Amino acid sequence: MGSLFRRPIRPTRSGGYALNLSTDERAVLRSLAPQLRAALTDPDLPGLRRLFPPAYGEADADKQEEYARLMQDDLVERHGAALEVLERTAGANGLTADELDAWARALNHLRLAIGTRLDVTEHDDPGATDDVEHQLYHYLGYLQECVVEALSGED
Amino acid sequence: MSIAPVEIERPEVVETTASDRPWKVIVWNDPINLMSYVTFVLQKLFGYSKEKSHKLMLDVHLKGKAVVSEGQREKAELDVFRLHEHGLWATMEHDG
Repeated sequence: MGSLFRRPIRPTRSGGYALNLSTDERAVLRSLAPQLRAALTDPDLPGLRRLFPPAYGEADADKQEEYARLMQDDLVERHGAALEVLERTAGANGLTADELDAWARALNHLRLAIGTRLDVTEHDDPGATDDVEHQLYHYLGYLQECVVEALSGED
Repeated sequence: MSIAPVEIERPEVVETTASDRPWKVIVWNDPINLMSYVTFVLQKLFGYSKEKSHKLMLDVHLKGKAVVSEGQREKAELDVFRLHEHGLWATMEHDG
């Protein structure tokens, strides 16, 4: 989807970031973000397990129960907030540093959800599967890589 | 003035129990998170240098896990929460 030579996200002199994405790419992001945000209302869905990992191991089951009771709603809220920023700014020409930081997390949330559904492994070959969902997964990884590069100040 | 013996409340000697020992926050390897993203998150959350974050990320990737921070339970829980907020697979356990 993305050309090797294009730079979808570039730092600007004002401390923000310029977004150079196609209409199709923006439409995909604007459609995916609210879908996942809606699914967050049920954090116990097996497909969302990577977005809500346990904090404690099995030996501390009682502590885990207490932790989840106190923290899970906050985590739902934080995940939702990042996805909301992605949806709201998918059509923008520029992003603030905070918005781009939310993009990095929101893209990761999408990849965790899709990657869990696809049951991806460490050694998945991007070229081996060409169904839409795999393509989407690899595109989101490419875009997230670009976001991280921009945030890390690497050229 | 008589000096009555004062009863001094002696603090009970508390055995160091498991709950007093510091907790280790561990990040586990997973096939989805990008290596660059994991390095970025460790730098951002803990203020580690790029080199230290990169080394921790490689430990996660190659050895399956790495201890990224340590502390009392509340601090460790907060660290775990922030890692979860960023989608990393983090748990906490006692220093053994």
